[in-house]
Amino acid sequence: MNFPFGPSIRRAARGTQDERKTLAANGIGASHMHEMSLAESMLQIIQDAARIEKFKRVKTVWLEIGQLACVEKESMRFCFDAAMRGSIAEQARLEVIETAGRGQCVKCSLEIPIAALYEACPSCGSYEIRVTGGDEMRIKELEVE
Amino acid sequence: MCATCGCGIGQTLIGGHALQRPRQHGGKMRFRAPEPDVQVPGAHVADVSTSRIVKLEQDLLAKNNGYADANRRYLSAHGIFALNLVSSPGSGKTTLLVKTIEALNGAQPLAVIEGDQQTENDAVRIRAAGAPAIQINTGKGCHLDAQMVGQAMQQLGLQDDSLLLIENVGNLVCPASFDLGEAHKVVILSVTEGEDKPLKYPDMFRAADLMLLNKCDLLPHLTFDADLAIEYSHRINPKLQVIRISATSGEGMQEWLEWIKGGCCNAVAAKSEASLG
Repeated sequence: MNFPFGPSIRRAARGTQDERKTLAANGIGASHMHEMSLAESMLQIIQDAARIEKFKRVKTVWLEIGQLACVEKESMRFCFDAAMRGSIAEQARLEVIETAGRGQCVKCSLEIPIAALYEACPSCGSYEIRVTGGDEMRIKELEVE
Repeated sequence: MCATCGCGIGQTLIGGHALQRPRQHGGKMRFRAPEPDVQVPGAHVADVSTSRIVKLEQDLLAKNNGYADANRRYLSAHGIFALNLVSSPGSGKTTLLVKTIEALNGAQPLAVIEGDQQTENDAVRIRAAGAPAIQINTGKGCHLDAQMVGQAMQQLGLQDDSLLLIENVGNLVCPASFDLGEAHKVVILSVTEGEDKPLKYPDMFRAADLMLLNKCDLLPHLTFDADLAIEYSHRINPKLQVIRISATSGEGMQEWLEWIKGGCCNAVAAKSEASLG
């Protein structure tokens, strides 16, 4: 059967029929957008690190996701499990560290927390807010053995 | 690859050829794409027990950004002005491209990279308009990435001092995150959509430098408030330039063509300056 997904999904899809049904039931193909790309980037980063650091298994992955990053946390978890299947990080636990959105008003220089990109400055009302933090998505560290 | 909107790596076709992803242990690539310089910075052992911590601090987009930087270096070294056109499906991107190519009418060397999940239809339309075009089929994928574009650039064989138009997959979400090495993202919003699209999809409007408000010839028949749409887009991105345009009536086309010509001149001038030293 020809599965129209990336290698990790195909790997997962090669599993049991139940697993395939689970993939379908969870809406792979519809709702996770680019989180699967990002999960596959994570796998690549982990594999590169494994060659340098010579570890055989990953137990925990700490992933930092900013509030303003274009990533859905739950979608990321789902894709992480699918992407890591069959790899050295197959059983790894994903710890998501959420960081708050921060910005600075270009007009009045006030530093403010921001939850969305279209928020106005609470002091002067300007929409010119420079994002100063909370848009990152990076692997911070791994617990390996 | 976005598998769940389902990008499949094995499915990506560039001009009918499979995308060559480098293999884990250095497999050969059929088309030499620019290799990014991506390292794992500062990886070090924090603990010597059986279980240890490896610090990475690696951005998930680092690999794509590495390829994008390589594309950008190539483009700027050859004086090529590259635009990444992004929008929802159905905003009129391809028609606008066809009209743009017809208007430039051989005076400006150009090439087009077309991104769609399936079919060669758009590349066929572009070629019929008189420009070389290559189609990237992303399979289930919802965006182009810098590596695909790098390979497509190699296959196209770009002319020095030319214009490269990249029509991304119709999608206002994912393409915002994936730098392709372009000079500018150009977001196309058509007046048959909602005025509040910039608020609903802020990442794309924040990432773009120019917005083309397309299908303006239809405004008399609609309740769309063009000023409000522009105001919303400026809330997200106060520096966003806006051109009201209609591929059908030709409104705004001159301004858009001037904008392109200005960019092309700057790209050629920057190349000459760099080569002088």
